[in-house]
Amino acid sequence: MASLPVQALPASKRLDEPPPAHTRIGPVILSVANISLDFGGVRAISDVSFDVREHEVLAIIGPNGAGKSSMLNVINGVYHAQQGRIRFKDREFAAMQPHRAAAMGIARTFQNLALFKGMSVLDNIMTGRNMKMRTGILAQALRVGPAEREEMRHREVVEHIIDFLEIQAYRKTPVGRLAYGLQKRVDLGRALALEPEVLLLDEPMAGMNVEEKQDMCRFILDVNEQYGTTIVLIEHDMGVVMDISDRIVVLDYGRKIGDGTPGEVRGNRAVIDAYLGATH
Amino acid sequence: MNIPRYVPVAALSALLAAGLIAPLATGETAPGFWVEVLIGGLMTGVLYSLVALGFVLIFKASGVFNFAQGAMVLFAALAVARLAERMPVWAAVIGAVVIMIALAFAVERLVLRPLVNQDAVALLMATLGITFFLNGFGQSIWGSDIYEINLGIPREPMMVLGNVFEGGVLVNRDDIAAAITAVLLVGALAVFFRRTATGRALRAVADDHQAAQSIGIPLDRIWVIVWSVAGVVAIVGGVIWGGKLGVQFSISQVALKALPVVILGGFESVPGAIVGGLIIGVGEKMAEVFLAPPLIKAFDLAGGGIENWFAYVLALLFLLVRPEGLFGERRIDRV
Ligand SMILES: Nc1ncnc2c1ncn2[C@@H]1O[C@H](COP(=O)(O)OP(=O)(O)OP(=O)(O)O)[C@@H](O)[C@H]1O
Ligand SMILES: [Mg+2]
Repeated sequence: MASLPVQALPASKRLDEPPPAHTRIGPVILSVANISLDFGGVRAISDVSFDVREHEVLAIIGPNGAGKSSMLNVINGVYHAQQGRIRFKDREFAAMQPHRAAAMGIARTFQNLALFKGMSVLDNIMTGRNMKMRTGILAQALRVGPAEREEMRHREVVEHIIDFLEIQAYRKTPVGRLAYGLQKRVDLGRALALEPEVLLLDEPMAGMNVEEKQDMCRFILDVNEQYGTTIVLIEHDMGVVMDISDRIVVLDYGRKIGDGTPGEVRGNRAVIDAYLGATH
Repeated sequence: MNIPRYVPVAALSALLAAGLIAPLATGETAPGFWVEVLIGGLMTGVLYSLVALGFVLIFKASGVFNFAQGAMVLFAALAVARLAERMPVWAAVIGAVVIMIALAFAVERLVLRPLVNQDAVALLMATLGITFFLNGFGQSIWGSDIYEINLGIPREPMMVLGNVFEGGVLVNRDDIAAAITAVLLVGALAVFFRRTATGRALRAVADDHQAAQSIGIPLDRIWVIVWSVAGVVAIVGGVIWGGKLGVQFSISQVALKALPVVILGGFESVPGAIVGGLIIGVGEKMAEVFLAPPLIKAFDLAGGGIENWFAYVLALLFLLVRPEGLFGERRIDRV
């Protein structure tokens, strides 16, 4: 498993035999079209459209209250937009349902931690496997043959994720007792347990110090690299965003004001204005 | 001046404990009789615990304050009693399980799903509606007499601890069966919650609705499951109570005692529901038997009735000194 700090990564971020970006990135897997979302008079998103391509790392940026989290919530069905369509893997939805999104391969993390407080790290991540469990309740309760084997198989995946995120030491710790940065990792681990095709990350590095951010960047890039998982992430740290994303969508007051490669977005007048005018 | 929070709780607990052993300490009460009263209290407590348990399960999973839990106990008990007239008791219990699961589906479909994004008061009113519906509907289809549930347990009490106390202690066999059943039920629930994927899903939903949905747990299914589990808990409570005193309308009034129980134990705590139920069951029985007579004599009162308000006074005291309940987590509101 790669363990280089982010700064040491080459621009293309590929560690062994880096394929050039244009062959790595596939066709459009997810697109939102003309999404508008209101909260009783407050317009959180106005007519926003963009595409997400397979295997890419897409960042959504914008000042506070720009509608970034709302956008992720619309994509995985926590919020239902009043207008617009969501298209995922050739199926179109006016409104997604969270459990359907999960079943179709969209996992997410939360801006404000939403871990299951009463459970250990292991159990939290294990819940991410729930959907994939097939044996009956009675068999599970009695831990008879097939149920036992199924539990072990899922447990193995979870242990692998725990190793990957380097949280072995906290496996049995109730998540509420962990430091904030570690909780963010567990949140990521739970999402990874779904083995998603698309991973939505809402400020995965908020509130972290530089070292923790580097670790988190490394995890995200490794996931993208090793499993080809498409990443959509919201992040305020411009250094990180410019470093790890293939493409950036910029929102401001619920509208899309920019969409392009890091280089293109950096030179976009509207984006510069939005950021100079905004406080963080 | 700042008194640490545990001081009033400890003081209250000490007072309760003192009240519990006081009759023994004064030497006026025969130990055997004291134990009998204690067991009587525990038995009532088991029923309170079961009602509170159903209540807590639903509250944890859906945030719904289910007023109808007591009505569900009555409805389940009526179902078992009337079905048992036509079939063996075990078959009647299975029939009641089917009925309670059907009820869970109906509640999810007709009440919870349409009201899911309404505020808590709407849902509370809805469960009040379910209460009246179940009580009325139960009478329409099952009748409104007093019915028996005969579990085939011999009536004559057993003498135990004869070598410890003079005269021993008289224990009803059905009480023992009830206690064992309740323990088995709680054990089975614990296994269900800890070991099965569905149990894990229920705990996940209880902790965070949005996160649970986002990992693929469909809330509507969880609601059906949790209302079904609460229905099964109601059956056990109803059969225990009905088997002892007959099935009658007063069973549904037990729900009124579940409220102080969950205040005492904590709204979201399963162990709290169990311990709280036992404390209140024992407390009110002890108070009625040992505290009322001297009070009546001293103040020339008309009668006892402590049993009726003891739970509420205790709950009120708890609200003052420990609003989150014995096992509840302290809520810290974020600014
Ligand atoms: N559940 C909600 N109810 C009402 N208003 C909401 C809700 N969620 C978001 N909003 C409003 O929608 C707008 C966009 O909020 P959103 O959380 O999407 O912004 P954001 O870009 O994620 O901001 P931040 O960078 O601070 O996380 C804000 O005005 C916010 O107050
Ligand atoms: Mg946000």
